[in-house]
Amino acid sequence: MSTAPMELDTKSAVATNGVGDAAQALPQRIAALEARLEEMESRIPKDKVTMVVFSGDLDRVLAAFIIAGGAAAMGQEVSMFFTFWGLNALRKQRKLQGKKLTEKLMALMSPADTRGLGVSKLNFFGAGALMLRQMMKEKNVTSVEELIDLCAQMGVKMVSCEMSRDVMGIDPSELRTGVETGGVAAYLADALESRVTLFI
Amino acid sequence: MASIETATIQVDQELDVRGLNCPMPLVKARQAILKLDVGRILKVISTDRGSVKDFQGWAKAANNVTLLAQSEETDSGGKTLYLHYVQRTK
Repeated sequence: MSTAPMELDTKSAVATNGVGDAAQALPQRIAALEARLEEMESRIPKDKVTMVVFSGDLDRVLAAFIIAGGAAAMGQEVSMFFTFWGLNALRKQRKLQGKKLTEKLMALMSPADTRGLGVSKLNFFGAGALMLRQMMKEKNVTSVEELIDLCAQMGVKMVSCEMSRDVMGIDPSELRTGVETGGVAAYLADALESRVTLFI
Repeated sequence: MASIETATIQVDQELDVRGLNCPMPLVKARQAILKLDVGRILKVISTDRGSVKDFQGWAKAANNVTLLAQSEETDSGGKTLYLHYVQRTK
């Protein structure tokens, strides 16, 4: 056990005053300790996992949702923050109406939904992704679409980054329902009280 | 854990997750155990080898389950089955 003095101001009061004063100082000391304990407890990480999903590659998105699903099953609170290409994992439909030319081009070059996600290696214009999906099916691995739905059912929080969604011209109506909107502070507020945080 | 004779365990419910891969055995087990009352025991039958470590990790991280035992069996087709006995504690 360490014998380092505790930095409690009430201690010096006890040391310098008489016995009667010490007895009076005791409730005060307890109150100070309780306040300290409460403050420390508020800083202990919670059973929480947070993720930044930056990539829109099928394999990486799949990994993100496998971890999210596993964590949720283990009783962890899970929060996923989707930014830039990661937003493609939340796409449900493509809309062109009301978009600027660059936004339209971006929308046309991006997958309309998760079915169009490519793989990070050996994609060959989507052939690699189709092959991976086929191989996963043969091995009875749950598809990314099923995993996303499952995660949503298990209460995994999905937050889309307002700024990157705006830059890429993605309308909230193009994303799956139940997706929240947030910024860096929304992610950090969750990450700061998590035991695990990942950037995918 | 694991030293308990699995035949003596009073199983309240069985969950068959044969053929399912990571993370599905865990996800299904979690869903099933939440439907059971505290103290009840769930037996999970899996073909996923990774589920052995996964269930150990789950029991370690979660505060509402205990892993009573794990065992291996070979089915009639020669396939290895991984059995997990999980009790809801909270």
